[in-house]
Amino acid sequence: MDFDRARYGRRKRRNTRTSILSFSATALGLGILGIILGTLFFKGFGGLGLDVFTEMTPPPGSAGGLLNAIVGSLIMTAIGVAIGTPIGILAGTYMAEYGRYNKLTMVVRFINDILLSAPSIVMGLFVYTIMVAPMGHFSGYAGAVALSLLVIPIVVRTTEDMLLLVPGSLREAAASLGMPRSLVVQRVAYKAARAGIITGVLLAVARVSGETAPLLFTALNNQFWSTNLNAPFSSLPVVIFQFALSPYADWQRLAWVGALIITLAVLALSIAARWLSSSRTTQ
Amino acid sequence: MNLMPSTTSKLKEKISIRKLNFYYGDNIALKDINMPLYERLVTAFIGPSGCGKSTLLRVLNRMYDLYPKQRADGEVLFDGANILSPKQDVNLLRARIGMVFQKPTPFPMTIYDNIAFGVKLYERIGKSDLDERVEQCLRKAALWTEVKDKLGDSGLSLSGGQQQRLCIARTVAIRPDIILFDEPCSALDPISTARIEELIDELKQDYTIAIVTHNMQQAARVSQKTAFMYLGELVEFDDTTKIFTSPQEKRTQDYITGRFG
Repeated sequence: MDFDRARYGRRKRRNTRTSILSFSATALGLGILGIILGTLFFKGFGGLGLDVFTEMTPPPGSAGGLLNAIVGSLIMTAIGVAIGTPIGILAGTYMAEYGRYNKLTMVVRFINDILLSAPSIVMGLFVYTIMVAPMGHFSGYAGAVALSLLVIPIVVRTTEDMLLLVPGSLREAAASLGMPRSLVVQRVAYKAARAGIITGVLLAVARVSGETAPLLFTALNNQFWSTNLNAPFSSLPVVIFQFALSPYADWQRLAWVGALIITLAVLALSIAARWLSSSRTTQ
Repeated sequence: MNLMPSTTSKLKEKISIRKLNFYYGDNIALKDINMPLYERLVTAFIGPSGCGKSTLLRVLNRMYDLYPKQRADGEVLFDGANILSPKQDVNLLRARIGMVFQKPTPFPMTIYDNIAFGVKLYERIGKSDLDERVEQCLRKAALWTEVKDKLGDSGLSLSGGQQQRLCIARTVAIRPDIILFDEPCSALDPISTARIEELIDELKQDYTIAIVTHNMQQAARVSQKTAFMYLGELVEFDDTTKIFTSPQEKRTQDYITGRFG
């Protein structure tokens, strides 16, 4: 064998170069993430007490918590996900199971991809024109609808992807028993793709629970305890936005606490999603 | 078993394939196939890869219907009725013509439900009768002793050979008239293969069976009739012993002696 030392050396050097580049890129990404989490903990952890979860958002200069904002976020996220998930799953099911070879599916997939990457403030403006303007006031309903518009494309995408991962042989096996299409989908395909679809929904929850822009034009905010969805509605991201921009030190401190809470919640959801999808692959 | 041609005339044609052509889009995959499947016999399909054996099997339960751009013309008579007719309900057809696939395909549910699910599709059946049916089918598939204490476990937890026997039990459970085997042993070890061959031999007492196989010894062992296919054509169809000892066609002779394919 002719051994070209120079050639081999070049390849080794290139390997070293690429390794260094990818290691430093990873370190940079992780480092920034570490700095963000560190700052959040440093600034937010001190203010994290029981009163944060029991008191309302205060006027400047007095003590208070984030209860109304947390509850408001939970309610709007829950409604948004409750609206968006069935629509998303049904649309994804159509694309993967019924219309896999249709032109319509390609069109829907293309539009869905656009929605997936559309700036969330556009969703807020859209809901503003179709709900807030005609109703004449901001409301929790409008906020929930804006969030659901963000949930739909995520759930459509993950549902379709997860169903496409279900092997065709499983569908054929089900069909070979005389199983009608609808049952093949419900009892076999959904079952095989369940973990993945749930992961998608969790990721959607994580995504919308931190959204600020679509709520600014729809739910706005509410300083007080209110569960009236037909009125301006409080939410954690918008409270953070307002308090962080304010000149008051106690509001700014609460904003840090709120940011920490959201981050931890999203982190927990992502870990849950990761855990679910890994349990699917080891099955 | 040596079936003389004279006995052939007494056999009942469960399925009669007449002038069957099959197309994937513009490509023709089966050309003018004419042959019967006899009741309570095992018919083996042999031939090199891509010759159309599996395609032919997938016509018999209209599996190709799941995909666009696949179509068949001609006639496939099943107890006298043309199953290629658009009026044929494919789900009812598939309930009567079961299929076992190359790779084991247990559903992501318990061993019990893997079998019970198909039964409940078309039968109103009580819990105790269902239990009995599940046991009976698992026994028939020689799997009962291995799984009787873990019927609630996932079907995916079984080994490959066990999964394939579970799939056979599942197919048998809905009591079809015909069972189609599409290379059922190609992913299995020799012991599992022997088990499944024994099983096929037992099943032919009640069922009409068609089996696609790449393994010519297997075809010779399990079948009474053999069809040799090549490039989408049926080259020769006869008693298995005849195909393997004195084939009429040179191409058949070449294939079974390993000269090509």
